[in-house]
Amino acid sequence: MVGVLDCGSGNLRSVSKAIIQGKGLPQVSTHINPDWEGLVLPGVGAFGHVMKAVGGLAGDLLGFLDDGKPFLGICLGLQVLFESSEESLDEAGLGLMKGRVTRIAAAKVPHMGWNSIQLAGESPLFEGVRGGDYFYFVHSYAARPDEDVVVATCEYEGREIVSAVEKDNVHACQFHPEKSGRIGLRIIRNFVNMSGGGR
Amino acid sequence: MALARRIIPCLDCDLAVPQGRVIKGVKFKQHVYAGDPAERAREYEEQGADEIVFLDVTASRERRETMAGVVERTTDEVFIPVTVGGGIRKVDDFVRMLRAGADKCSITTHALREPDLVSRAAEVVGSQAVVVSIDAQRHAVGGGEGKGRTVVDTPMGPSWYECWAYGGMEGTGLDAIAWAVEAEERGAGEILLNSIEADGMQTGYDWALTKAVSERLNIPVIASGGCGRPEHFLEAFTKGHADAALAASIFHFGRYTVREVKSYLAAHGVPVRPVRR
Repeated sequence: MVGVLDCGSGNLRSVSKAIIQGKGLPQVSTHINPDWEGLVLPGVGAFGHVMKAVGGLAGDLLGFLDDGKPFLGICLGLQVLFESSEESLDEAGLGLMKGRVTRIAAAKVPHMGWNSIQLAGESPLFEGVRGGDYFYFVHSYAARPDEDVVVATCEYEGREIVSAVEKDNVHACQFHPEKSGRIGLRIIRNFVNMSGGGR
Repeated sequence: MALARRIIPCLDCDLAVPQGRVIKGVKFKQHVYAGDPAERAREYEEQGADEIVFLDVTASRERRETMAGVVERTTDEVFIPVTVGGGIRKVDDFVRMLRAGADKCSITTHALREPDLVSRAAEVVGSQAVVVSIDAQRHAVGGGEGKGRTVVDTPMGPSWYECWAYGGMEGTGLDAIAWAVEAEERGAGEILLNSIEADGMQTGYDWALTKAVSERLNIPVIASGGCGRPEHFLEAFTKGHADAALAASIFHFGRYTVREVKSYLAAHGVPVRPVRR
């Protein structure tokens, strides 16, 4: 079973359907079920809003990760892994990765649409994905890691945008694999496989 | 590579039947029923569509559940962004559609009637899910007038654009460009800009209008209305500076596939997401 953590926002239905396409069995819940073989944290909305929901579960989440089970953060689910965000200064992030989240300094914000990524390292999540493949992004803030966690980037208005990060069993993408067509489903399928098939 | 310009097929939906059905038509005349919305959306995704827009042309509150059903059946199998337009009147309607699997909702008349709806919806569901759709009617500028009106140089001469409401049935006197700027300030995440004059004519987008709005805004602008040939997409992007272009009949009548349009654009240097076979 692959858990989909419900933080009161995010496109839970599409994520669940994508897990089914990846031959996994999704379970949506506001709590972390220790029986899950993998955990997806989707996130749409505001950093502070998601942190309010996730903050109370931080202990359970750390326990889940200590067991070595795979985690996939999507969009805000990537951003909350860092220490802080300019979007919500009162609400600290999970701090699982060093660095902060800042507003994208571009003429057109949000960065919305399909962008092609460059791969910055090997990652089981990106098996079958090639540099130059397009994914669907929609975000106004982006991560600035202070440690070596970046596995994919893209370019927007001449700036480099961190598109995916990875640290041990914690994986996250800034784009929406559940809205990125066939290649996005490949990423979800890879994650289901990392979760031991997730059935 | 840069952000790809998006090609968005629009499906006009009649929700008077239980599962909904797609309408093909020219200026709301000569209606032909063209199958199941979810089925058509899946075909467009196969062809390489970057997003899908469902437009409820019946736009009645009672049929909102039918639309939610269409969205659910579509997003069971379609994994690209889906926008719903028509019949969205309250913040709850946004929430309902997003829960069904939509990514964005577009509002036209109800945003004009109640501009605060844009702000409230953005607060609850986030700006990225709030599309303000503008039906703009061009008027030639004779002289004298110009108070609160943005004059645009168009191939048809200096013009200003008026917001129309109720599916292009009623003028409001409101300057469309000023309204686009206000919609952004109120938290809209995207503008869907439809030219009433060009709509259904298949003679090309009103790129002068698109450009005028696009260069004043910091959010994406979707050109709509008038597309009949691949060259029209090219104009929307090169002359109109559009971030995305929406079209219905060019795809519905099978004259071109999304794939063909994208090949044409790529050959002309427009960054598009290639269609993987």
